[in-house]
Amino acid sequence: MIEKIAIWWEGFAPYVPGFLHASWLVLVLSLLAILVSWGCGLLAALGKVSRFAVLRKASEFYIWFIRGTPTLIQIFIIYFGLPQLGLRLSPFVAGVVALGFNGGAYVAEIVRAGLSAIPKGQTESAQALGMGRWQMMTRIILPQVFRVILPPVTNEAITMVKNTSLLSTITVVELTLYSQTIIATTFRPFEFYIATALIYLVMTSLISQAAGRAERYYARSL
Amino acid sequence: MDGEPLIRIRDLRKSFGAHEVLKGVSLDVHAGEVVSIIGASGSGKSTFLRCINVLEKPTGGTMDFGGFHFDYEQGARLQPSAAQLCELRARIGMVFQSYNLWPHMTVLENVVEAPIRVKGEKPAEARNKAEALLARIGLAEKRHAYPSKLSGGQQQRVAIVRALAMQPRLMLFDEVTSALDPELVGEVLSLMASLAAEGMTMLLVTHEIGFAREVSNRVIFFDQGVIAEDGHPREVLRQPKSERLQQFLHRVLHEDAYHAAPLTEGAAP
Repeated sequence: MIEKIAIWWEGFAPYVPGFLHASWLVLVLSLLAILVSWGCGLLAALGKVSRFAVLRKASEFYIWFIRGTPTLIQIFIIYFGLPQLGLRLSPFVAGVVALGFNGGAYVAEIVRAGLSAIPKGQTESAQALGMGRWQMMTRIILPQVFRVILPPVTNEAITMVKNTSLLSTITVVELTLYSQTIIATTFRPFEFYIATALIYLVMTSLISQAAGRAERYYARSL
Repeated sequence: MDGEPLIRIRDLRKSFGAHEVLKGVSLDVHAGEVVSIIGASGSGKSTFLRCINVLEKPTGGTMDFGGFHFDYEQGARLQPSAAQLCELRARIGMVFQSYNLWPHMTVLENVVEAPIRVKGEKPAEARNKAEALLARIGLAEKRHAYPSKLSGGQQQRVAIVRALAMQPRLMLFDEVTSALDPELVGEVLSLMASLAAEGMTMLLVTHEIGFAREVSNRVIFFDQGVIAEDGHPREVLRQPKSERLQQFLHRVLHEDAYHAAPLTEGAAP
């Protein structure tokens, strides 16, 4: 038995550094794409409640388009399609941009729901004390919105980590593409796909843990 | 009353769509006056208060306050700008029925927020002033508590202190005791009475007729979007001229409102 495990491990060990590198890449991709998605999401949510019709329409179109088309097609448009218009992005950058834009539409809807959950009296008391729109948003409204939207935003972050596997289709050597290349030479899909799944699972679980802590921290004022 | 009024309002009007809530209200309030506004619900009294600091934008009329002259008439040049509105509101305190403390900030943070961010006070200075104000209302030891840990009466007193921290020239109170449990109304009213005694200019929409009679030196009766009666509490409350005010006072002063409600024919089981 021990001998069998030793033999199995010998077949596995050479790929450990490669797995670590690919996992690191997933983390970096996810983190950057999540930041992009928060930026896009916040802008689109504020755009949707803007005084200017142009901004409202643009935000609505963005959310409608992203939510109504497959993520994979969006990635293809940015990586394969844009070069035709003269914009050639590296697979890494195209991946971050595509996933960030994609996530932003979902974050926008979450933020919008969060904004509408804040009672009108909160804005009125801020206005009545002489606060401008920007102060009111950054100091009074958005901090309260963050607490409300933390759980759904966590789900989006987890989705983002899993969606990085789609970037295997545009030659980003992240976990999924890496395991595929190994399997192509070792012919051992079962172990390697299980190992890959477990690595994703560790990452998504860490996010859930961190979000749980953040939720408890924000709950202190309840 | 002599001298320039603190605030001068002429022919103020406000419509929501086709529904005209304020139909031309004119009012001068002098420094140190405590004016109680009474009236049935829907008479426009709350809307009037909210028009003063432009939480509702009036649809007509003019207002003078602290060097500002605003003309709300359609197409008028002297509509308030966003910056002017902030400055106006920084000088007029307002307290709401539902307290509206910011739940993500402690009591102290609620009170120092506007003095620091709007008036640009130094944090240490704002903090000292806030702590002195909180000590005055007996809530010094609650300064690091979150609003959710306070009773309604305590929250409302903090809301008053939060407005006072801006050192306003005028305070607006919009039915500030209506959401409170009966046993908590007294502590809020007595804080307001002490402000009145110190000479704070106050405009309050209230259902507390006793408070209007004892504390204010002027009572205004709003009826159907206009000021129907205006005078000293003794005259207005003891010898109401109009039948509508008599009826109103009869309704609100009747202690047992449930049994006092007239049963219309067919309503009885």
